[in-house]
Amino acid sequence: MSLVIQKGTSLRADAMQRLKKNRAAVMGVYCLALIVLACLVLPFTPWLKDPNAQSLIDQNLAPCAKYWFGTDNVGRDIFSRVFYGGRISIAVAVLTTLVAATIGVTYGAISGYAGSKVDALMMRTVDVLYGMPFLIVVILFGRVLEKETAKWSNAVVDLLTADNASAAKINDVRTAVEPLVTMAPLFIAIGALSWLTISRIVRAQVLTVKKLEFVEAARSLGLSHATILFRHILPNCVGPIIIYTTLTIPGIMLFEAVLSFLGLGLKPPNSSWGVLIKEGADLMLTNPWYLFFPSLFFSLTLLSLNFIGDGLRDALDPKSSKD
Amino acid sequence: MLRVLFHRLLQGFVVLIVLFTITFFLCRALPGGPYVSEKEIPAHVKELMMKRDGYDQPVHKQYLMRLKNLLQGDAGLSTRLSGRPVNDVIAQSFPVSFQLGLISMFVALAVGVPSGVIASWKKNMDVDFIVMAVAMIGLCLPSFVVGPIVGELIGRKWQLLPAMGWDAFDPATWLLPMLVLGMVYAAYLARLTRTGMLDVLSQDFVRTALAKGVPMRRILIKHCLRGGLVPAAAYLGPAFAGIISGSLVIELVFQIPGLGRHFIKAIETNDVNVIMGIVLFYGGLVVLGNIISDFLILWLNPRARAQS
Repeated sequence: MSLVIQKGTSLRADAMQRLKKNRAAVMGVYCLALIVLACLVLPFTPWLKDPNAQSLIDQNLAPCAKYWFGTDNVGRDIFSRVFYGGRISIAVAVLTTLVAATIGVTYGAISGYAGSKVDALMMRTVDVLYGMPFLIVVILFGRVLEKETAKWSNAVVDLLTADNASAAKINDVRTAVEPLVTMAPLFIAIGALSWLTISRIVRAQVLTVKKLEFVEAARSLGLSHATILFRHILPNCVGPIIIYTTLTIPGIMLFEAVLSFLGLGLKPPNSSWGVLIKEGADLMLTNPWYLFFPSLFFSLTLLSLNFIGDGLRDALDPKSSKD
Repeated sequence: MLRVLFHRLLQGFVVLIVLFTITFFLCRALPGGPYVSEKEIPAHVKELMMKRDGYDQPVHKQYLMRLKNLLQGDAGLSTRLSGRPVNDVIAQSFPVSFQLGLISMFVALAVGVPSGVIASWKKNMDVDFIVMAVAMIGLCLPSFVVGPIVGELIGRKWQLLPAMGWDAFDPATWLLPMLVLGMVYAAYLARLTRTGMLDVLSQDFVRTALAKGVPMRRILIKHCLRGGLVPAAAYLGPAFAGIISGSLVIELVFQIPGLGRHFIKAIETNDVNVIMGIVLFYGGLVVLGNIISDFLILWLNPRARAQS
């Protein structure tokens, strides 16, 4: 009789194994990594022209060797606009999601851990917020803050540049800073409204975990509630948190794009993919490629994120991967 | 059942009060005050207008007055549309938006649910992969990308269908907007239906039925459909809210004279009464959608009924 000793695999290694087997998710990871890398690195390299530099000669050009994605009606290079816009879209989506996830996890964890009346009250609040037409409120909120944010971004640009800086330098700082500062309040608002699903999921998870023996052990050791909740219970809820955070990002990217498309989000000359799609849609007849390229990258990013989210769910959630 | 209805109505009322409060204070903070106009309004006229609309009162009185008026169903007058009652504006443009939303919802259900059921039936076979791939692409091609392309190609270049405007009695004008708006929700519903059906299909009673020799089609429709539809039914409430905000984009793209366009214009011109009226109207619709969705779940799922 021979004894086969198999090396045990941890839950995490198991999940990684399952994730690697999911071809769509792996493709998603590579595709997303490429796009994100391009958007982060390319603006610092000399290959990208100034996204707002206009040209009288090179207007309405189809994709060619000099302008890979063509030019728009005032001769701006669409290739560089796509990647500058992508940088904003991705930054905004990630920051907003972080806000949403932080609020959602804390809220859901406290609600689930406290239980009884506190839980009921907190979850009723979530129910109430679920029933609101958010896009509409956010649009109104953005309009209210429009003038204020313009002032703030000017102040930040002044702060970052010396008095005697050249116009080109100031312009550089402005393209980098302005969209983020002008959009910050709006996206904090969106983040503050997008945490509902995450909080429900985390609460459900905390409810199951808090009944386990090790929590009782922690309590009998005299640990404080905060320590038990954040050191012992939450690390056991990481799976669902990662899944739903990943699945929140595409929703928020869509939200940003819809706002920009309606002309209520980012304002030109700042660009995000939403702004580019809007400008492209207006120039559909003369320059179809202006709509095509931003849409392509936008949709590819959404597709990758959704595939990764689905793959993570299949890998981390044993129940759904059973079948 | 009655208790559930009462509970949901109460909750809906709270939603609307919270929504009212948020909108009220946001409207007060709008840059430029309530009367923005291309022409300069003389100071004394503006003062009279302020007085007429109660802006000279203290804040809490304004709040209560507005709340009282809205509860009585009076949303005041629009400033941009030179004194037209907001109720008229809503009554005139809402049927268009409602028709668009309802038809799109119907398309989403008619396409999404059957394809989800088929995908779950043929799980891990080619049909399943194709349906799920199409659904995934549908999710990632937002309506503001598809809308302009479809409108430009089918509507203007090939002249197959009208790409602009809306005629309540001419289905040709509905076709493009409803397909573009319904597509995303069809994709969501297909995914949710598939997951729900798979959950039910993995249960023991299905194996028993199979062992007894019940044909698969009968198992799907008679035994599983009801339970499998619960996730999709739960999504109907959010989908309703989504279609409402989605119609903002569609109305812009296809130039449809609906409520959404009035809302965007009102926001651009600080037309406070119209903003408040439309926001609360939308809020009421979303509350209604959620209640309908809740009752659908109760009807589909006897266990939820027993709990309530």
